[in-house]
Amino acid sequence: MGKHNTPMLDELEKGPWPSFVSDIKQQVANGKHILKEAPDDLLGVMELSYVDKVTHWKHGGIVGVFGYGGGIIGRYCDQPQMFPGVAHFHTVRVNQPSSKFYTAKYLRELCDLWERHGSGLTNMHGSTGDIVFLGTTTDHLEPLFFEMTHELNQDLGGSGSNLRTPECCLGQSRCEFACYDTQEACDNLTHEYQDELHRPAFPYKFKFKFDGCPNGCVASIARSDMSFIGTWRDNIRIDQAAVKAYVGGEFAPNAGAYSGRDWGKFDILKEVVDLCPTNCMRWDGSKLEINDKECVRCMHCLNVMPRALRKGLDTGTSILFGAKAPILEGAQMSTLTVPFLKMESPFSEAKDLVEKVWDWWMEEGKNRERLGELIQRKSFQEFLRVCELDPDPRMVDEPRSNPYIFWKEEEVEGGWTRDIDAFRAKHQR
Amino acid sequence: MPYDPSAPLKDRITDIGPRHYGEFLPPVIKKNKGKWLYHEILQPGVLVHVAESGDKVFSVRVGGCRLMSVEHLREICDIADKYCDGYLRFTTRNNIEFLLADESKLKPLVDDLKSRKFSGGSNKFPVGGTGAGVTNIVHTQGWAHCHTPAIDASGVVKAVMDAIYDEFDHMKLPAPVRVSLACCLNMCGAVHCSDIAILGIHRKPPMVDGEWIDKLCELPLAIAACPTGAIKPAKTADGKKSLEVKAERCMFCGNCYTMCAAMPLADELGSGIAILVGGKLSNRISKPKFSKVVIPFIPNEPPRWPSTVEAVKNIIDVYSKDAHKYERLGDWAERIGWERFFEKTNIPFTHHLIDDYRFAYTTWRQSTQFKF
Repeated sequence: MGKHNTPMLDELEKGPWPSFVSDIKQQVANGKHILKEAPDDLLGVMELSYVDKVTHWKHGGIVGVFGYGGGIIGRYCDQPQMFPGVAHFHTVRVNQPSSKFYTAKYLRELCDLWERHGSGLTNMHGSTGDIVFLGTTTDHLEPLFFEMTHELNQDLGGSGSNLRTPECCLGQSRCEFACYDTQEACDNLTHEYQDELHRPAFPYKFKFKFDGCPNGCVASIARSDMSFIGTWRDNIRIDQAAVKAYVGGEFAPNAGAYSGRDWGKFDILKEVVDLCPTNCMRWDGSKLEINDKECVRCMHCLNVMPRALRKGLDTGTSILFGAKAPILEGAQMSTLTVPFLKMESPFSEAKDLVEKVWDWWMEEGKNRERLGELIQRKSFQEFLRVCELDPDPRMVDEPRSNPYIFWKEEEVEGGWTRDIDAFRAKHQR
Repeated sequence: MPYDPSAPLKDRITDIGPRHYGEFLPPVIKKNKGKWLYHEILQPGVLVHVAESGDKVFSVRVGGCRLMSVEHLREICDIADKYCDGYLRFTTRNNIEFLLADESKLKPLVDDLKSRKFSGGSNKFPVGGTGAGVTNIVHTQGWAHCHTPAIDASGVVKAVMDAIYDEFDHMKLPAPVRVSLACCLNMCGAVHCSDIAILGIHRKPPMVDGEWIDKLCELPLAIAACPTGAIKPAKTADGKKSLEVKAERCMFCGNCYTMCAAMPLADELGSGIAILVGGKLSNRISKPKFSKVVIPFIPNEPPRWPSTVEAVKNIIDVYSKDAHKYERLGDWAERIGWERFFEKTNIPFTHHLIDDYRFAYTTWRQSTQFKF
């Protein structure tokens, strides 16, 4: 039995889905966390919010570790007398390894570290991908950081107007669709830009995300200022015998992903050829043909028949810029800017582009203006000039419908300087 | 040598970044990286990936609460040690994946995972979250840890997942349904491209704490933070510098509160949930798209948010019955037309659902093509 009576939270112990309330209670009962009262008082303050229907957390103050301007988020309870165990309850963001593979040994070291210096509660993982240590006091921050760096060889993640912790899908480690090594790209750029990750120098946050293919499992097109999405520019590899095996019912379509309902016999025409967004496929009953030149690599046919169709061999990434959530001007998705780039270590071309974009954004961006908003304010044309890229019809869904073109003087024959007297000599007033 | 508080900068190590992923890859993954041929979902939550070498790796996916204790994490480690030589990973959507090369351990692992319960009776490790079903709901902090939320996060997720659990461990929907929750418009959960988004919103303009605002905030920053220009300088009755909010211009984004702690806006009656549907991230068949607001407000109903749960369940049920195979929720709504979506789901269409912000015109109908 904990400190607080929590009848409302207790209702969340019922039902089949794992209960975070039961989990916190097991930490209360058995945990060795140094902040003895923290999990118990967290239940208490949450129960109070369930009664009041508003939060009881205050704005964070400036807390952190020496030399860093990010990685720790200050958090204070607005009822510290009632809940002293969470009066100060700061968050620590710990930079996860690429695609979140762990050994049990390493996870236990993290658990031990966190019990020595905090509440014993975590988020696995935070929205941007970090391992999140949830709740500690200011006096634990430096010892925690010292032990983390010295004993675990592990650094903090990003917060504030910094590069945020980059994130990737699992990529080539366990996926046949991955068009480049997302793990290596993510790890390499994270290490390259440690200064930007730890010390705020930007107008606002900046996120990299690395998706291995256009299925987009790590949501880069919606959630990152710079989205790397794997693609290929040669032909889909077809194993005709395997296509026939799908048609004949020998292989389960969609790798079995739709097997919970009887959708009838697999119909390659209806389920693949007719759903192709560019109608670039043909099936004559024995052979599947793809007009690869017209393919937009939507992934549908590969997803349906992974044993028969494989991505091309000339693989790389598309780069898109400017996604963000609604605050302030409205939600944006990333815009295609580099249709194709080879993506191999040490990723020099990608880094050149990153640095051009950052220089411009740091020069021109207003306080709390995301890159996507700056591009809208200054124009996509201006952004292309910054990136030193030529315009390409692939960058737009359609050409502009208004003719309000901002012509440059050097584009217009004879320039803009004219003589009104010479004009009047021909045209009376 | 332990940390010495009298010399905090002595032997300091900084900027070392994350650990290298290579340290944590199971041998079968390390050996076959970049050489995977295909995968199969053997049963909900259980995948096999087959490499060019013929090697196989089995993955068992279980739902996790993003808010997780180290006690629970240690239990996960014990399971990984017992069946998986100590290897595991987490997915982008807060699932846990146990990875093993030895097929003989697969069934014992799944059986073991399914047998473990929390003291209150809920499953510790629900196996599922693959294919054409609902996988784990990604979410934000809510009342557990955030200063700007309109709603709780973990509790709403728990209540909704309990109600649609059957879709987590089956694969019987027309396509994957990705449900996401963000507890305010800041959307650190970035739910704006989800099949179903549960979003915390406020409906009362910020209060101004006139006694304190000039001490706590940079007033010009708070004024500049407002995207609709609703905030202007003012003086309190006793002459202190303060701010005033033109309430009819406020669209309750809370950006001023982010900049200034003396302008709180959360409220017992004012704050609650909006439901958005039809977004997607994948480029599969159709392009990625934003989620659209279909229910402008549902009150906060702790502890189990019955109206929100019912709304999500209703949308999934109607979609499940009506959509074609491979149609994501947004593709289905576009095919039948949004007028039909509201008719079939029995959701009232109100003036709140017509856009009147920045890009509003792009969502109005400039055509006589509509359905009666």
